[in-house]
Amino acid sequence: MANNGILQGSFFMDGDTACAEGALAAGCRFFGGYPITPATEIAERMVLRLPQVDGTYIQMEDEIASMNAVLGASWGGARAMTATSGPGFSLMMENLGLGIMTETPCVVVNVQRGGPSTGMPTLVGQGDMMQARWGSHGDYEIIALAPSSPQELFDLTIRAFNLAEKYRTPVLVMTDETVGHMSERVIIPPPEEIEHYPRRKPDVPPSADYLPYKSEPNSVPPMACAGDGYRVHVTGLTHNEKGYPDTVNLDVQQQMLERLINKIQHNKDDIIELHEDQVEGADIVVVAYGISARTAARPIRLAREMGLKVGLLKLVTVWPFAEERIRELAPKIKAFVVPEINMGQIVLEVERCAAGQTETILVPHAGGGLHKTKDVLATIKKFA
Amino acid sequence: MNEELSNVLISKEHPMDDYLREDRLPHIWCSGCGLGTILTSFVSALQKSGLDRDKVAVVSGIGCTGRAAGYLYLDGFHTTHGRAIPFATGLKLGNPELKVVVISGDGDLVAIGGNHFIHAARRNMDITVICVNNFNYGMTSGQMGPTTPTGARTSTSPYGNHEPPFSVPYLAAASGATYVARWTSLHIRRLEDSILEALNKKGFSVVEIISPCPTYYGKKNKMGSALQQMKYYHENSVIRHGSDPAESGIDLGGEIVVGCFINKDKPTFLDSQKRSV
Repeated sequence: MANNGILQGSFFMDGDTACAEGALAAGCRFFGGYPITPATEIAERMVLRLPQVDGTYIQMEDEIASMNAVLGASWGGARAMTATSGPGFSLMMENLGLGIMTETPCVVVNVQRGGPSTGMPTLVGQGDMMQARWGSHGDYEIIALAPSSPQELFDLTIRAFNLAEKYRTPVLVMTDETVGHMSERVIIPPPEEIEHYPRRKPDVPPSADYLPYKSEPNSVPPMACAGDGYRVHVTGLTHNEKGYPDTVNLDVQQQMLERLINKIQHNKDDIIELHEDQVEGADIVVVAYGISARTAARPIRLAREMGLKVGLLKLVTVWPFAEERIRELAPKIKAFVVPEINMGQIVLEVERCAAGQTETILVPHAGGGLHKTKDVLATIKKFA
Repeated sequence: MNEELSNVLISKEHPMDDYLREDRLPHIWCSGCGLGTILTSFVSALQKSGLDRDKVAVVSGIGCTGRAAGYLYLDGFHTTHGRAIPFATGLKLGNPELKVVVISGDGDLVAIGGNHFIHAARRNMDITVICVNNFNYGMTSGQMGPTTPTGARTSTSPYGNHEPPFSVPYLAAASGATYVARWTSLHIRRLEDSILEALNKKGFSVVEIISPCPTYYGKKNKMGSALQQMKYYHENSVIRHGSDPAESGIDLGGEIVVGCFINKDKPTFLDSQKRSV
């Protein structure tokens, strides 16, 4: 362990633990959560480790409270997170919206399980991907990352914290039970190699004229926290640049909402991360994310051994969606094959962006397990 | 009146101007609402508390009282319905230097936010809660709420409320609050003193304030003008410091027990957490 309480070196750990260690390495010093399978190990790791780095853990009374405590802690100046699974994720939705509206950096991890409702608590699912995009009321943009391994869960949790600060927004880490519970080698680099995007504070002194929601060139205003002397007013109501409610002025709504959306839409090149493997020149492109990107590797290899030209486009960033890349590839290929552990969610986005230029084929899975190699392979073969 | 004296009595600035966001005034509250005097009592208490204003944050939920955070020139957070307390909990833990005060209504705090209220009290989170009780949901035009007395009429209890209400002091005390008091909005000095005590108290301190809602609750229950309603609450109050919070229930037309019910010391969440690690 490095002397600052952050692990360093090579470890064998499960994904949930890697997520917690990634959060700590990213500077997370507040965790508010509620136990839920299969995310509980993240909370258990955080309650053990946070006191060692002068952080605070609190087990809230439910996930509604957890989400709010995370927002409060962020306004108190802490890097803050929570972790949950489907039922808790549903409870967080209203106040995820408060985080988006008030531009509060924080990280929400969803270790997805089979659903709907209580579903299959101990088994894998990817059924919350559209909820991640649209689950809170009203219109907004969101950032969601999807790790495929404990190492990626470590790395992407760090990235989630940095994106949250850079764009002043909640960032979702949409992992799943399989990744969360599998144990693998995780390399934790020395602190100087870990990216740290600091919270941007106002560069003007406190005054009554200070505008906490002023539209900056990149659309992301700096953040004055409680206790910094700026006496900010923060509200979930539609607000002007001063942060004051203005709930009947349509121009204020338009300006505010456009900025909330544009700060993500206009920075997609920075936010979207894709991993591509032999996509150029492929006839079939498998579009996958999370554990499904990993289980797609074997059918892709077998198909290639049969002489088929198959590429993998792995969505590391699922939201905002990589629509430009899908549009670009669509006219060049015979089909997109989309395996996901739901009955068709991200495939709808792929289909929308393909816009009839090529076939888009879902390989569904109702949840509770992973795709069988033969199912994905059969679909690839059928359209190659 | 000589000039010297008039200079003392007359000022261009209201003595509380610096504590209010003047650019947000006038406020949206109805004339005759108790929230004006309550806000004044809060500011007076804050002035006397000696707290560094840059380290005081106010968190509100949704409703008439929920707007309080928006009028105070402090760090202010107007959160979602019922969620002021968990937000305040995170804020306090994110920066323990802050004095965090929740100002919200009875519906916000003990109906939709009831679970958060009892759990913050149970863990003795170091925050002050000012609960303004007008016996109904005023912002949405007067529906029954968790404190509406049995028999009272509101827009969603047109035949008279058939449910029994919560007593906020009893709920707070039973859940573990370190300071529990109740006043009406016309007990101005006592209220101010009580808020000051609550601000200075370590742990989960609660002040409930009975406040007239002449526009809805008062009108539906034929309580007369705003002033009459305010006086009615004041005159029906009996001060019983240290009395059993279990006896603090409010019946329609009955007496209103006010005073300080609980004032005790015990370790806060952060104290206990530090000790346990």
